[in-house]
Amino acid sequence: MKNEKLNQAYNAYVEARIPKTKPWPSLFNAFWVGGLVCLLGQGINELLLYLFPSMAEQSAWSWTLVILIFIASFLTAIGVYDKIGKFAGGGTIVPITGFSNSISSPAIEFKHEGIIYGTCVKMFSVAGPVIVSGVVASIVVGLIYFIVGLI
Amino acid sequence: MEYLWVFLIGGLICMLGQVLIITTKITSARILVLFVMIGVVLQAFNIFDPISRFAQAGVNVPIIGFGASLAKGAMSAVESRGLLGAFTGGLEATAAGIAAAVGFAFLFSLIFKSKTK
Amino acid sequence: MQTIELKNRPKIVGGYSIVGPKEGRGPFGKYFDYVMKSDSFGEKTYELAERKMFEIAATGAIQNAGLMVSDVNLMLAGDLLNQIISSSYAARAFNMPYLGMFGACSTMAESLAVGAVLINGRHLKNVVCASGSHFSTAERQFRFPLELGCQRVPTSQWTVTAAGASVLSLEGSGPEIVSVTFGKVIDLGIKDVNNMGAAMAPAAADTMAVHFEETKHKPEDYDLILTGDLGKLGSEILIDLLEAKGYKMGKNYSDCGHSFFTREQDTMCGGSGCGANAAVLNSYVLKKMRKGEVKRVLFVPTGALMSTTATQQGESIPGVSHAIVLESGGK
Repeated sequence: MKNEKLNQAYNAYVEARIPKTKPWPSLFNAFWVGGLVCLLGQGINELLLYLFPSMAEQSAWSWTLVILIFIASFLTAIGVYDKIGKFAGGGTIVPITGFSNSISSPAIEFKHEGIIYGTCVKMFSVAGPVIVSGVVASIVVGLIYFIVGLI
Repeated sequence: MEYLWVFLIGGLICMLGQVLIITTKITSARILVLFVMIGVVLQAFNIFDPISRFAQAGVNVPIIGFGASLAKGAMSAVESRGLLGAFTGGLEATAAGIAAAVGFAFLFSLIFKSKTK
Repeated sequence: MQTIELKNRPKIVGGYSIVGPKEGRGPFGKYFDYVMKSDSFGEKTYELAERKMFEIAATGAIQNAGLMVSDVNLMLAGDLLNQIISSSYAARAFNMPYLGMFGACSTMAESLAVGAVLINGRHLKNVVCASGSHFSTAERQFRFPLELGCQRVPTSQWTVTAAGASVLSLEGSGPEIVSVTFGKVIDLGIKDVNNMGAAMAPAAADTMAVHFEETKHKPEDYDLILTGDLGKLGSEILIDLLEAKGYKMGKNYSDCGHSFFTREQDTMCGGSGCGANAAVLNSYVLKKMRKGEVKRVLFVPTGALMSTTATQQGESIPGVSHAIVLESGGK
């Protein structure tokens, strides 16, 4: 028993009833927390280059990301990252720390289903699409770059 | 001064993510995918490096930087290795990040348990 | 006719409620029989904790009824986990026949209605009905890992950690079930899983309108009309929908989910889950009825009958709602 017209009317009615929240506080929180995470990355990067002057710039960036990923993974494990995330929203989802959190949280959550079928399988339940889409896109870019290079 | 740029640009990119969360109700997996794609596209058109030079961590820490590395890796690998580079380059350039995220997640999953909210 | 009058008036002779620590700090806190110190309840997984809650709720209700487990002829129970494992695995611990019920968050009413009909027909002597939910098990099944840093949208609700059980019998004292109305599955095309209240409100409105019509009663004939987990938005919608059908809801209407937490507990539109209405019915409502402060109650929880598979395939969310009328016994 499906009545498309009635459904549309009801959906429109519900949409109008949904409480509207002010977007500014959450946008501001996302802005300054996200900005701070990036500053932290910048700080780690410069500290690395200061401590190891011979380090290549590219390696320093890789180390920076590894350290940020470690911090996020640890904060996830001790149950703190989600609290920051609830406050900051995009501020902790968009940085690489959000990627780390999206891999760590299901890994820890599903450990009770076993290491193979729990941790290993579910680890990519959130971040899987990111890796898949990123890898596919990089192959496409590489192929186009190759073809353009031939011409 | 350069720290101000890092903060401002990093913050603005994250805020853009928040705008998407509020207006389109999309979940974190989709936001991450979208920003990776933005990074790939920026790199493919060689726009990422100029931004990266003055914004530094402001664009490299957001997942956009991850996307840019994927594309950059593929492009430079094509230059050095030809067609095979299109397949090896992306993951090679981002191997540290992916391996770290997977490795630490696995390690901590052995030690910790999800907390009650 | 969707309504069945129960001439023999089966009674709820015993009830028991058990909730998690966050729920214990809510407005109903002092009415619950047992508040757990931690959500994990000393178990290895949250699923085991939920199962233990079912066992304790059922045992507690049977004890409060002054009965032994061996006196009970049937268990009717259901929960939110896939294949209702909490109920079925808990039933394994009791040596009695068992029927698994599924009406999502309307399961308590569904179980009580079926149980009351069986008792009314004198087919069985004593029946125990139970339902419950656990935040951490529901969250990982329907939404995201607990530690994922994401924000909740304003229309979302918080699955409560709670379970409730009732024992039905013709002998003994307690509030009487005078009629039950089984509801139809209603779907007005809501697809947003973060807006369950809006998805389920039409089902509640339909069942209630049918109930009022068939029993010739009006909303003001009840001291308390209680829906399950429509939440703030859903209950506002229900009031609108019923007004359109010609029934004006008054101050006697309340929603378990909406009132389950305080504003400071930050649950957006309120609580949800089988446990919310099962625990409130078996604590607050039963106690108020025993004291005579509330005499006639219309208990009409709703359930959203979707699964993650159906949602991912783009299906809308069907709702169902069953009503039971409770009257305090004794003349």
